[in-house]
Amino acid sequence: MKVIKEKHSLLMRWTHWVNFPLLTIMIWSGMLIYWSNDVYTLTIFGHQFFRFFPDWFNNFFNIPGRLAEGMAFHFLFMWFFALNGLIYVLYTIISGSWRELLPQRKSFKEAWLVLLHDLHIRKMAPPQNKYNAAQRIAYTAIIVMGFGSLITGLAIYKPVQFSTITWLCGGYHLARIAHFVLTIGYVFFFLIHVFQVVLAGWNNFRSVISGFEVVKTEPAIPQIDIETPKAPETDGK
Amino acid sequence: MENKKKIKLPLTVDQKIKRRNFISFGIFAVGSAAAYKGWRALYTSPDEVASATAGAHAPLRRALNKTELFFRNFFSNNHLVKTYPKEMAAKNVRQNSKIGLESEFDVADWKLEVKKANGDIMYITIEEIKALPKTEIVFDFKCVEGWDQIQYWGGLKMIDFMDHFGLGDQTQVNYVGLMTPDKKYQVGLDMPSAVHPQTILAYEMNGKPIPLNHGAPLRLIIPVKYGIKNLKRIRYMTFSNRRLPDYWAREGYDYYSGL
Repeated sequence: MKVIKEKHSLLMRWTHWVNFPLLTIMIWSGMLIYWSNDVYTLTIFGHQFFRFFPDWFNNFFNIPGRLAEGMAFHFLFMWFFALNGLIYVLYTIISGSWRELLPQRKSFKEAWLVLLHDLHIRKMAPPQNKYNAAQRIAYTAIIVMGFGSLITGLAIYKPVQFSTITWLCGGYHLARIAHFVLTIGYVFFFLIHVFQVVLAGWNNFRSVISGFEVVKTEPAIPQIDIETPKAPETDGK
Repeated sequence: MENKKKIKLPLTVDQKIKRRNFISFGIFAVGSAAAYKGWRALYTSPDEVASATAGAHAPLRRALNKTELFFRNFFSNNHLVKTYPKEMAAKNVRQNSKIGLESEFDVADWKLEVKKANGDIMYITIEEIKALPKTEIVFDFKCVEGWDQIQYWGGLKMIDFMDHFGLGDQTQVNYVGLMTPDKKYQVGLDMPSAVHPQTILAYEMNGKPIPLNHGAPLRLIIPVKYGIKNLKRIRYMTFSNRRLPDYWAREGYDYYSGL
C-alpha cells in the first residue's frame, strides 16, 4: 500500500530552489571579477598543475573583459544570496529542524560507514532519520561555507570599514583565497549532490519539489479473530 | 431526484499524490519560467542615461547607488587604513594605466586650479603645497582588478589643504572632482572620503619626487578607495553638491568604489 510521507517543508524547498540560481549568478559574476587578476594556480612543489582558469574556459563562458559588469551583478545579488540564506537558517533554528540536520557526535563515524555503503563496500547503511550522517555533515557544512563566503566577501569588499573582519580572515590575501576556495567547494558540492540525487532516484528528487515521499508499506494481513487452540508450551527448541 | 449532490469521496492516496505533484510541479515550472524571464529582463535591460556615471545596466546602477548608501553608514574617520613599515613598500611601484597622462605636459607650467562651488577660481603652486607639513603613508594600495601592493607616498593631507587654503567651507559640499590637465581622466569623490585623515595630495613616492608616469607633480592618494579613484597629475579641482564626472564610473564601475 502506498503512503504519503511528508519530508521537506515548504520553506526548505523554496530556499533551496531560490538559492540555486542565486548561487549560480554569484559564481558567474565572481568569475567575471576574478578574470581581471587571475593569479591562482594549483602548484605543488613548484610544479604548476592547473591555472584558474585556462583561456579556453574563459572564452567558452564569455568571461574576459567584464569586470565592471561582474561587480555590478555581484554586489546586487549578494543581498538576495545573504537574505535567502538567513531565512533558511532562521527557519531551521525556529522550526527545530536543525535537529535533523546538525551532525551528532556519532555522525562523523557513521558518515564513513555511509560512504562505504554508497561505494558498495559495505552492505548495511547505519540507521537514519531524515538525513544520514554524511548528509548531516554535508548539509551543515554547506551552510557554514555560505556564511564563510559572506564573511570573506565582506572582508574583501570593505577591508577598511570592516578591518576587524579582514583581520579575522587572516588578512586581505587570505580572505580572497578563502572566498575563491569556497566557491570551488560549491562546485564540487554541486557535482556530488547532483550525482547522489540521480542515484537516489525520482521519489527522493520529487520530495524537494512537492515535499513528500511515497512509501510502500507491506499490506497488513487481516487478523481474523478465531479462538485458536493453545499450542502446548515449549521451551522454543 | 433526491440525491443530486454528488457524494464527495475522500481522495485516494494515488489521487492525493497526483494532485500534490500537479500543484508543486506547476508552481515550480511557473516559478522557474518567471525567474528566467526576470533574469533575461535584467540581463538585457538598457544602460543608464549617461551622467556622472554611465555604462551600467540601469537597474544595476540603481542597486550600486543603494548599496553605496547602505555602506556609507559604516564609514568613519576613525576607521583607518592599515599602515606598514617603510621597508615593506614596493620599490617597483606598479603603474596600471596612462589615461590622462598621454598629452603634452610641462611640469614647470603647472598650477592647481581650484574652482569653488560658487564659481570662484584660485590657483595654487606646488611650492605653496610643499611648504606645508608633509604627511607620509605606507599602505596596501588596492586595485579594483584584484591586485594590491604596499606603497609609500608622501604629501599634503587633503583636510590640511582645505583648511590652509581657506576651503573649509567647501567641506560642506557633497562632492569633490579632480581632473588631469587634458581632462581625459576625471575622478569624483564623496566629501567624507575626500577629507578622510589618510587622504593626501601626494608629491613624493618612496621618499623622492613623484616621477611623471606616477602623476607628477601632484596626484591623489586616497587609501579608502580603490586605485581607480587615485587620480594622477591633478590639474583641476572642483566642488559640487551633485556627483561630478568620473572616468571609471562612466565605464560601468561603482561611483563610490569605497573600501
